[in-house]
Amino acid sequence: MQRRTEITSQTIADKEFWRWSEYHRVITGKKWRSTDILTAGVDVGSVGSKAAVMINGEAYAWAITRTGSNSPDSATKVLDWALKDTGLKVGDLKFIVGTGYGRVNVPMANKAITEIACHGKGANYIWGPTVRTVLDVGGQDIKAIRIDQTGKVCSFLMNDKCAAGTGRGMEVFADLLKIPIEQIGEISLKVEEEPPPVSCTCVAFAKTEAMGLLRKGWSKEKVLAAYTRAMAIRMANLINRVGLERELVITGGQSKNKGIVRRIEKVLEIKCLPMPRWQDTGLDPMIAGALGAALFAKSLYEKAQKG
Amino acid sequence: MMMHFGYSDGSGEYYIVIDTDKCNGCALCLQNCPQGALEIEDMLIDLEDQMVALVKEEHRKKLKYTCASCKPEMGLTPCISACKLQAIKCIWKMH
Repeated sequence: MQRRTEITSQTIADKEFWRWSEYHRVITGKKWRSTDILTAGVDVGSVGSKAAVMINGEAYAWAITRTGSNSPDSATKVLDWALKDTGLKVGDLKFIVGTGYGRVNVPMANKAITEIACHGKGANYIWGPTVRTVLDVGGQDIKAIRIDQTGKVCSFLMNDKCAAGTGRGMEVFADLLKIPIEQIGEISLKVEEEPPPVSCTCVAFAKTEAMGLLRKGWSKEKVLAAYTRAMAIRMANLINRVGLERELVITGGQSKNKGIVRRIEKVLEIKCLPMPRWQDTGLDPMIAGALGAALFAKSLYEKAQKG
Repeated sequence: MMMHFGYSDGSGEYYIVIDTDKCNGCALCLQNCPQGALEIEDMLIDLEDQMVALVKEEHRKKLKYTCASCKPEMGLTPCISACKLQAIKCIWKMH
């Protein structure tokens, strides 16, 4: 099998404001033995691909990359990257579960499971048993998921009909306003007074509407605030439809957008559980689906062993 | 698990809701669906593969039109009437 072991570090091009950074991490101080149950979850999303590796159901290493035009390649690339510096090879993994938008195109997976189930399980792993409502804001869809104390899904709803309020929508805005995507949340909060939400959140029309507002003399911050607010209202409606119950957490790329998170909290009048300190030692909420998939992989492996 | 298939957009909310705790995959709903919008698929539930009814992928983003002729706003479509287990319902709200 052809595999790429090295991924050259991407330099951020000057004009690509939408470009978010890829990375991989191995949790320090953890060691694996060949007798351990080593599993992985590969979550191929529409915009980002995530892979997580677990030792006996405990997070060990992960990677996040952009999904390319070819799902099997993206899956291979992200899993190889997650295994980098661990001394492990794909063949050492006992069971691999594929999930996400491109789950049927994960060549090394033993099984494909819907991302809904994986996100529920993963949110339960990251934040613990008090989580009841998960909002996953992906690259091209939004999912509102209700789970029980074990992370099992009780109810879910997803909107993938339109890209409004998704990561892709934010990428379009970052490019349009020439603001690096990582700073978009902070900047959208730099308004003295919250402007009314834009009437149309459609990504295809975003450019026209935003240009119109800029021409009217609105600042970039104000335009961004109006758009982010409209997105947050859409997401809040989705959560209300599935039924809001404490605790609420946000997963997916937009969980890192403070502008979205603060506004959802304001609309719903509830605080989300704080994001783990993923830059230091915590788990990244973007890998919730991959973590859930790796946990399912462990359970399925154990079930198969019992016969 | 309550699976909501459909969407909400500027014109309203359109969802077919299937309860996997009640659905036994008997397929009566899809036999009665004049649009052929439903299918039976296996899903992993509690680590077991279970046969359940789903809305076909290609209809999920146009349910408003697919289901319109059955008058889902009245709440008693052929699929709902056919289900003996009350595992299927719809949420239909036009603004």
